[in-house]
Amino acid sequence: MIAEAGHFALTLALFVAIVQATLPMFGAHRGNGLWMAMDRPSAISQFLLIAFSFGCLTYSHVVSDFTVLNVVQNSHSLKPMLYKVAGVWGNHEGSLLLWVLILATFGSAVAFFGGNLPPTLRARVLGVQAMISIGFYLFMLLTSNPFERIFPAAIDGQDMNPLLQDPGLAFHPPFLYLGYVGFSMAFSFAIAALIEGRVDAAWARWVRPWTLAAWSFLTVGVALGSWWAYYELGWGGWWFWDPVENASFMPWLAGTALLHSAIVVEKRDTMKTWTIFLAILAFSMSLLGTFLVRSGVLTSVHAFATDPERGVFILILLMIVIGGSLALFAVRGPALRSTGVFKPISREGGLLLNNLVMSTGCAVVLLGTLYPLFLDAIGGAKVSVGPPFFNSVFIPLTIPMFMAMGFGPVLSWKRSDLVQASLRLKVAFIGTGVAIAAAWAFISDGPFLAIIGLALAVWLIISTLVELAERIKLFRAPLGDSLSRLVRQPRSSWGMTLAHLGMGVAIAGMAGAGGWKVESIQVMKPGEKVTVAGYEYTFKGAREGQGPNYTIIEGTFTVTRDGAEIATLKAEKREYPVRQMPTTEAAIYSLFLGDLYAVIGDADGVEGGYVTRLYFNPLVAWMWFGTLIMVLGGVISISDRRYRIGAPAKRAAKKPTAAAAKA
Amino acid sequence: MKRKHKRLTFVGLALLLIAAAVGLILSAFEESIVFFHSPTDIVEKQVSPDRRLRLGGLVEEGSVEKKGDAVVNFRVTDMANAVNVTYRGILPDLFREGQGVVAEGTYVAGVFKADEVLAKHDENYMPPEVADALKKSGKWDEMSEEMKKQGHVSGETPK
Repeated sequence: MIAEAGHFALTLALFVAIVQATLPMFGAHRGNGLWMAMDRPSAISQFLLIAFSFGCLTYSHVVSDFTVLNVVQNSHSLKPMLYKVAGVWGNHEGSLLLWVLILATFGSAVAFFGGNLPPTLRARVLGVQAMISIGFYLFMLLTSNPFERIFPAAIDGQDMNPLLQDPGLAFHPPFLYLGYVGFSMAFSFAIAALIEGRVDAAWARWVRPWTLAAWSFLTVGVALGSWWAYYELGWGGWWFWDPVENASFMPWLAGTALLHSAIVVEKRDTMKTWTIFLAILAFSMSLLGTFLVRSGVLTSVHAFATDPERGVFILILLMIVIGGSLALFAVRGPALRSTGVFKPISREGGLLLNNLVMSTGCAVVLLGTLYPLFLDAIGGAKVSVGPPFFNSVFIPLTIPMFMAMGFGPVLSWKRSDLVQASLRLKVAFIGTGVAIAAAWAFISDGPFLAIIGLALAVWLIISTLVELAERIKLFRAPLGDSLSRLVRQPRSSWGMTLAHLGMGVAIAGMAGAGGWKVESIQVMKPGEKVTVAGYEYTFKGAREGQGPNYTIIEGTFTVTRDGAEIATLKAEKREYPVRQMPTTEAAIYSLFLGDLYAVIGDADGVEGGYVTRLYFNPLVAWMWFGTLIMVLGGVISISDRRYRIGAPAKRAAKKPTAAAAKA
Repeated sequence: MKRKHKRLTFVGLALLLIAAAVGLILSAFEESIVFFHSPTDIVEKQVSPDRRLRLGGLVEEGSVEKKGDAVVNFRVTDMANAVNVTYRGILPDLFREGQGVVAEGTYVAGVFKADEVLAKHDENYMPPEVADALKKSGKWDEMSEEMKKQGHVSGETPK
């Protein structure tokens, strides 16, 4: 019964969405307030229905109801509870249900907090949201029903792919989807603005918090995915330019560009058409990401075979959404008038440069990802485009942007002076020079690019700090005065400072781990020692053991440096009997300057010898730490007061309306 | 500067960026695109030893040999031809005899020196390239029903 109820709620949600996609839209067109007012109740009921439906599937997974096909295929009675819950979205059908749940959540958030939105804009935004929902509901109901029954009931389940039975990956899909789907808000606002024919500062203030939220979630999602790849795949790498990774990276690039261009719309009333375009692009990339992952069109390290019918459906959906929105953009976009003018050397110019590089980067990733697919479709050779391509194209493109990123915040709006800005940044120039010289002196080998990366990181961090110091008049005003200025900085400025600092820290991590990784592969017998980057790893032997739903071989290593013991590493190789599938659990110990990383492979030869892979990954943890700082910046920026109170620079936030208080 | 000129500056900048990107792409495409080969392709075609390529097929039953010092030799077959592969390192978790595999490396003097053997995230997975290679060699029909199914539909997982 539970499964049928979930299925019924899903079907009902489709009909609610159809109402929501039509009545408020027509109402907004005709000025019929009653029809427009249908938007909020229907958005909220859609959310309740989908939440109920999702609850039903979760219940089926938690109690291991093996009459439901989805549970049989992806669960097992012995699976730990965390993965029974995570298993709800650890499969195709369930993850789509999560997708629509998040979509409905965002929709109801607009209904809930949108009390101070103009009624026509809100009706149209929710109408566009509902159109996207309809597409996904139909997709689920027609091709991927999560509530399908199986008769006779299975005795036990087939278990979830063991690689996914991991805490990092349990939360990776929800975050990624919160990001993907979050961009649907910017998209809906963009389409609504095109229909209304108006984009102004108030519009930008409405779009920015949603975009910030989506961007923060997506950043966490991408970082979790990369972190998972780092410790679970056991290859010591953290980014493989795999199509599935690219699928999440493209919306991130477009979203980052959108984040920056929305600032220009809000502050300077210009770059409107471009911002609308980026909003469409960011969501299109999210849909494309879904298509690439869900349709199984690409072979990748983590490709999964799938039903071709589903791929065709998503492709059609993709064409309708992207084609339709771009057509609307082509017709209505040029009518948007911008008033602000600015010179190339100005804050706007800097933000535009960010946008251009981000979009070019996005195009490069898109090309590299789709090229093999395209070539295959026209009957050409089978090729793969891998890390060498992306590294040699993407990295050089971003270098000028990171250089400009130091200047951007110290430039003034409208027109600025590069020479003067350089003088203000002299500390950053000196610091970067020192860093390059030091890197050159102490690190003799390794690629030149890594030194450039490190220099960029130092440049970005110092110039961001210099800008902050200038803003609070550090050393130019009494210290107490500076501190009180520091506290009174608007949260959006804090957001920018933290996000840029985080990027700097992350670049340092990428440069270190990308450039100076030390790897050693060998067969080790118990007691044998291997030295990697000055760290002496001693293999203490391996033992067999038992986990909740797997068996393990656990290899123990002790690591010493100059005779002093630093860490004991326990690397595991697990075997999941239900799927007869082994997984690797790398042992990692993070030091300030790098990670000690050990992987144990198969037994090799007699006397307890095992194949082992040992790494020293310099600075790699900085990358995730930097990402966390960036996300913190995003979150702080969302809480900026001007997003909470709809009106610009309104000092007294005591608007008595309930919606404003909640918002 | 007039408004039009300013716009031109940005258009120029955008074009410059795109030109740079295209230049980088073209130079990278030459060197870094990796072509996929079936064992038959490798046996029949002349393959330059400098060129990185991907080899896909099934791991031949009984061909996996551990040579010590973490070196593994095996043969990849499309049931018509087979190629010797040598690899040093830890094989992916799902590497098994009789299963599909994709290896990347160079073909030197009759031996494919792999520096990467690709792991799949799901044990029921047959890489489409491998399925195609088997179809091309005409041996697809001899595959078991179970294996064919793996080439198309199977349980799947996000990411």
